[in-house]
Amino acid sequence: MVRYDAIIVGGGPAGLSAALNLKMNGFNPLVIESGDRIGGVPIQCIHTGFGLHYLGEDLTGTEFIYRLIERVEDQGVEYKVRSHVFRVRYPRTKYPYKIVEVLSPEGFLELEAPAIVYTAGAREKTIFEIGVTGRRLSGVYTAGEAQAYMDVYGILPGSRVVIVGSGDVGLIMARRFALEGASVEAVVEMMPWPGGLTRNIVQCLLDYDIPLLLGRMVVRLEGKRRVEGVITVRVDEDMKPIPGSEEFIECDTVVVSAGLTPNIRLLEELGLAVDPSTRGPVVDDYLESITHQGLFIAGNALVVNDLVDYVVEQGESTAESVSMLLSEGVKPRSYTRIVRGDNVRFIVPQYLSCERDAVIYMRVMKPEYDVKLCFKELSLEFRYPVVRPSEMLRLKLSRRDLDKLKGSGSLTVEVKRV
Amino acid sequence: MRILIVGAGIVGASIARIASMYRSLEVYLLDREVDVGWGASKANTGILHPGHEEDPSLYPLRAKLCVEGNRLWRIWARDLDIPVKFPGELMLIFEGYENEARGYIDLARVNGVPGVRLIYRDEAERLEPLISREAVAAVWAPTAGVISPMDAVIALVENAVSNGVKLLTETEVRRVVVSDGRVSGVETSIGFIEADIVVNAAGIHADEVARTIGLDYRLKPRKGEYILFDSFADPKPRRIIHPTPTPISKGVYVVETVDGNLLIGPTAEDLPYHFKDDTSTSIEGLSRLLSEASKLVEKLPPRDRIVKFFAGVRPEPPHGDWIIEAYTDPWGFVDVAGIRSPGLTAAPAIALHVFDLIREKYDLKLEVKSSWDPRRKGIARIKDKPPSYVKKLIEKDSRYGSIVCWCNVVSEAEILEALRRMKSIGLKTITLDGVKFRSKAMYGFCQGSFCRAKIAFLISKIEGIPLWKVKINSVETNLGIGDVKCLLRGEVDG
Repeated sequence: MVRYDAIIVGGGPAGLSAALNLKMNGFNPLVIESGDRIGGVPIQCIHTGFGLHYLGEDLTGTEFIYRLIERVEDQGVEYKVRSHVFRVRYPRTKYPYKIVEVLSPEGFLELEAPAIVYTAGAREKTIFEIGVTGRRLSGVYTAGEAQAYMDVYGILPGSRVVIVGSGDVGLIMARRFALEGASVEAVVEMMPWPGGLTRNIVQCLLDYDIPLLLGRMVVRLEGKRRVEGVITVRVDEDMKPIPGSEEFIECDTVVVSAGLTPNIRLLEELGLAVDPSTRGPVVDDYLESITHQGLFIAGNALVVNDLVDYVVEQGESTAESVSMLLSEGVKPRSYTRIVRGDNVRFIVPQYLSCERDAVIYMRVMKPEYDVKLCFKELSLEFRYPVVRPSEMLRLKLSRRDLDKLKGSGSLTVEVKRV
Repeated sequence: MRILIVGAGIVGASIARIASMYRSLEVYLLDREVDVGWGASKANTGILHPGHEEDPSLYPLRAKLCVEGNRLWRIWARDLDIPVKFPGELMLIFEGYENEARGYIDLARVNGVPGVRLIYRDEAERLEPLISREAVAAVWAPTAGVISPMDAVIALVENAVSNGVKLLTETEVRRVVVSDGRVSGVETSIGFIEADIVVNAAGIHADEVARTIGLDYRLKPRKGEYILFDSFADPKPRRIIHPTPTPISKGVYVVETVDGNLLIGPTAEDLPYHFKDDTSTSIEGLSRLLSEASKLVEKLPPRDRIVKFFAGVRPEPPHGDWIIEAYTDPWGFVDVAGIRSPGLTAAPAIALHVFDLIREKYDLKLEVKSSWDPRRKGIARIKDKPPSYVKKLIEKDSRYGSIVCWCNVVSEAEILEALRRMKSIGLKTITLDGVKFRSKAMYGFCQGSFCRAKIAFLISKIEGIPLWKVKINSVETNLGIGDVKCLLRGEVDG
């Protein structure tokens, strides 16, 4: 049995930054990556918007991740590509070691480590998950898949495109198709507001005269073998279709950009606690699972982020937690639970140890203007001119503030009008 | 003597397998699609019915061949290495329907279905804790099983071809040609093919084939929609659960497929005659399925565990019973039409029955070839295999350790093996869907968004074609329209 200080599942930005920091702290991590190379999804992101916070530079995803990969190579971080983590086990007899079973061309490997950092990213919602009916036709792609075809494999999926959902990847892809001469017929969004960042609405849709249809959903695909069009329908406030509002849009390609779901099947098989609001694991401020000791989660596997900078920050945070675990051993913690109040869709982490500064990531459910974010039991308030579901909020709570909470059961967070 | 079977669905493929046993027969199996089993066989519940729902006074063939088919599948599945399991089924009885239930016990006795019993709630609940609280009793049928119909068709065709059957896909039969009162062949999209016997197993289109020799009946297209949940969805009943049937359909089933997914379906919607190929799903159909299913089980998995929905069109014969006939005028035309439920269950028995008819009507002496091999091996899958076995596979071929489909854990070696098998049965066009059905890649919760590109890339290398020309599910459906600059160069119309 080969032993490591930490096994990192997934070699994208979260996993690589975790590994890099562990290595720099003098530990011996191993990165396991399913794909042919390390780097993850940013490799295929040839648009800019990466690294403004983290590197102070506006880079493409590809450039950003290669900077990280170079550092990983320079530091001699060990990694395995084309290696798929098949199972994670917690054998009682091995405590505190966990066993990671890996399928790779080298063979069926069983590796062990006292810490696992899970950074397997997210997967895209499919056309079925958003309830689109009709025939099973060709010409349907998820946004990330279409992106891989265009910018990794160099092929064009189609010429007349409807984008379903206005998340960031969908907006980026709308522009990407337009740049290659395709006609983007519409971006269709069910909610009354766009799902992506404002900068992307401007730079990807407005600049290219691509129509954004808000409050409409695609309900049905039409066509014989390949998509020939979609039927959209207006929805009411409860997201129910309004009869008689059907409209047909002709197209040969449908790109589904309806959001991401943390890719945590492996952890669900372990019986890990999952937060229905993030569909990711329930963690404390060390980004450690509250049900599984020594299992740390970062990046889109933890919570769907809108900036790679947050992903990297989470990766680094897990590296710090793992370093602490490796040098100080397992320590019992008491927790304060975070309770979601008005207009709070999710908060990560879900539990606070209140032993140290904590970074909090959250999203609201609906846009609101001129609001304050209240941390009730701390009597803390932060003012915002606007909050939007598309923009994740990141806050830092200091240890000094959190100290007041020690021993109390919960902390309520809510959005209030000023 | 040449026998030509029209339609490579579960029925045609079963007949082809039996035909491949005989020394004096040259066997052709035709299908209009690019691959086998893409009609009603592709989209159905996959249940091996016990046979206590078929009334022999109304539908004698259905009753007899269903029970026999259920028994035969145990042997066929073993010989052909088709995954199958027999969890048994509970027909739930709600208050006021107890007498109806007794009718099925009687039918089970008449049809010779083993083990069927009327059981009370407490016993039914022990067998399946998830059954609805409203159910007062159940008809327990322990011989009910599940199979993947696509696995079955593929296995049957592989076995038939290895025993000498010639498969011709992308070959649409336009007309059965008769001369001097005998069948002489078929006119097809690729030309005339001579044959002494033509077996019409063309599924929903069988009536169109029969019409070309003057038989006048119409098959009614009946659509069934389905919802498939993730294999990890919870809760999931272990037994097959269904309500008491109606004359239209057997009702909505809740069943764990042989691959471990929870399946709900089908609806039963009669379509206009010309909607035979309408396999579209609908919001109404899906919500009906969820509401029917929730009458059968106490709890369904959350809706966000739905992996996909799909629909199939099944052929409904005019009077309910199957149309199975070997004609002497014209001599050599064998009709196997309107094979509605329980067609999948009965398929092996139908095939044997068809050959009884052929022998009898055409006075043929058929001898079994000494070289006939009843066995076929499925693709070795690393998922669910013990580590020691997987280790050996990877040692032998490192591509078994290269995982392409992360959701279903399918390796590159399995994909390549699926491709090899598609070639070896003689498919003219390799499609991504064909690879999906054989390898189970692109079949998981991500529906191929992670792995389809990688698999298409493998196909493009093996076939020596540009990636964008890789086919999705037909000759016309390319993965893309050209290289990424094709529109800007003005080579393709936008």
